[in-house]
Amino acid sequence: MLKNYVKIAFKVFLRRKFYTFISLFGISFTLVVLMVAAALFDHFAGPYPPETRTDRTLYVVEILATNQEGSQINSGSPSYAFLDRYVRGLPGAEGVSVFSKGGVSVSYDDVEKIESHVMLTDGSFWDVFAFDFLEGRPYTEQEAREGSFVAVINEATRRKFFGEESAVGKRIEVDGQNFRVSGVVANVPIFRQKTFADIWVPVSTSPSEAYRTYAPSEGYGSYTFRGNFQAAILAWHSGDIPLLKEAFQTRLAQVEFPDPRRYDRIQAAAYTPLEEISRQAYGEGFSTAAFTEVYVDDLLFTLIGSGLLFMLLPALHLINLNVSRIMERASEIGVRKTFGASSRSLVGQFVVENVLLTLMGGVVGFLLSFWVLFALSHSQLIQYGQFHLNYRIFLFGLLVTLFFGVFSGVYPAWKMSRLHPAEALRGGSL
Amino acid sequence: MIKLESVEKVYRTEKIETLALGNVNLEVEQGEFISVMGPSGSGKSTLLNVIGLLDAPTEGAVSLNGRRIDSYADRYLARIRNEEIGFIFQTFHLISDLSVVDNVEIPLLYRRGTSGKERRKMALEALERVGLSSRVHHFPSQLSGGQQQRVAIARAVVGKPKILLADEPTGNLDSRMGDEIMGILDDLNGEGTTVVMVTHDSRLAERTGRTVRLFDGRQVD
Repeated sequence: MLKNYVKIAFKVFLRRKFYTFISLFGISFTLVVLMVAAALFDHFAGPYPPETRTDRTLYVVEILATNQEGSQINSGSPSYAFLDRYVRGLPGAEGVSVFSKGGVSVSYDDVEKIESHVMLTDGSFWDVFAFDFLEGRPYTEQEAREGSFVAVINEATRRKFFGEESAVGKRIEVDGQNFRVSGVVANVPIFRQKTFADIWVPVSTSPSEAYRTYAPSEGYGSYTFRGNFQAAILAWHSGDIPLLKEAFQTRLAQVEFPDPRRYDRIQAAAYTPLEEISRQAYGEGFSTAAFTEVYVDDLLFTLIGSGLLFMLLPALHLINLNVSRIMERASEIGVRKTFGASSRSLVGQFVVENVLLTLMGGVVGFLLSFWVLFALSHSQLIQYGQFHLNYRIFLFGLLVTLFFGVFSGVYPAWKMSRLHPAEALRGGSL
Repeated sequence: MIKLESVEKVYRTEKIETLALGNVNLEVEQGEFISVMGPSGSGKSTLLNVIGLLDAPTEGAVSLNGRRIDSYADRYLARIRNEEIGFIFQTFHLISDLSVVDNVEIPLLYRRGTSGKERRKMALEALERVGLSSRVHHFPSQLSGGQQQRVAIARAVVGKPKILLADEPTGNLDSRMGDEIMGILDDLNGEGTTVVMVTHDSRLAERTGRTVRLFDGRQVD
């Protein structure tokens, strides 16, 4: 019976080539768009190197300092000194790293000017994040503490400075300082906001020691709390995340205010990567009341809602196509009923047809998604972008398509199969 | 074998009610060959549909071998149609996507315990019987009207039904083809199959054992 259904299905597909093409196009196109969108999101927030431990990582990226009267507000990235004092050594954490947000630095090859993104980090940076070392090693805690002029560079920087040769042990110049390359890592895509750079050097190589000092400094926007740094906290287990968040709040309660007339209150929180993205999308940066709010539900609602909405249009299209196709085959349903087919076996036949069609669309969609993501990765439209097929999202997309495919085929078939055979033979209507 | 008592069939839409059959009483004995005649719209096809369990009567009773079956559930009616009744239609109703032999196999697909090999063997035998052994892998569109009707007959008899219902089986054929088809029906009846045939052609009706005449949905003799 099943063999017969499959045989009929393929004959129907071949006979109605245009319908088959439109259906396959609809299914595969939907899957391709879904896969590319998922890959972009994954690229931004998924657990890919070097940010592989997203389920047990917290970030402190912003603080808000105010005073009792509300006459002073200062919000933005924290300083190294603040993070070093109040985040490092957080009880219950496997590791804490404090690192800069990065900036563009200029180097000179023999002849040309090379612009690179440089990040200042501590030694724990290499333990908290999982970089893929192509050669050499990271700089150690000791090297980072002692201000050794060592650097880790990415693959693209190695190519710019040294061509295809090994870079370890060689020297590069960054902003007038000379560094020995200790290791080379795989390129980190620009969307990996926390770890993206071309060159990583110890924070202790900064020309000034001011970053270490926890005391007021002069000038607008420049204060001991604020700077250009962020911290990553790695939990031992994902279940420890709430405890770590609490531990950080306890630390905040102990903050010393070097100039309490200016600032005597501080707000900050440790966020999971998803919480951090939700704040970037929905947060009101200067709202003192909702400064530490997260908007994960809103973010997920928007992402899932727009995904489903996007799939709704092709699904309606598929339903429409299927209804017309089954109406067209009313006479066949009538013949089969006449010769003993029960409603159940007729519905089974259309299920097989729709499942086959959807699976074929799935295969085409899979191959096309693979190709589009491969092309996108190689185009370098997004710096160092490496896009991966997310199999879970693909499976989800395929299941949703399968549901609509089966539902849209089965419902009219079931309605038709309930007609008296005589009515179906006359080309009965639903 | 087949018994219809006070059968009435009314087609209703929101605005119109049409009486297709009114107070029809008919008994068909095993092995009989009867024809049903009447002008267009007199209810001949409706009567055949009711006998063949393709349509349910609005009123009255339909019995097969002494069992009243008009109120049976869909799956039981499907089984009776599959095992006991074969159908031949004026417009053949072959499935264009399937080859000749696949069309003939259809009734056997819904019969439990029949393997693929058996189905193929039985279908080929049925096609041989109607003289179409050389066309088994053709598609309906590649056959003449007469050949398509012979495929339809093979499909109707492949499951060896006791009753054969033919709705104007020669209506779309020329007289030579019509005679050939009639010959096949005669042979099947000769082997003990009960045949009920709707026809407009009095010449063909004369070849049957008995004729039932309908006019405006009512039996006239």
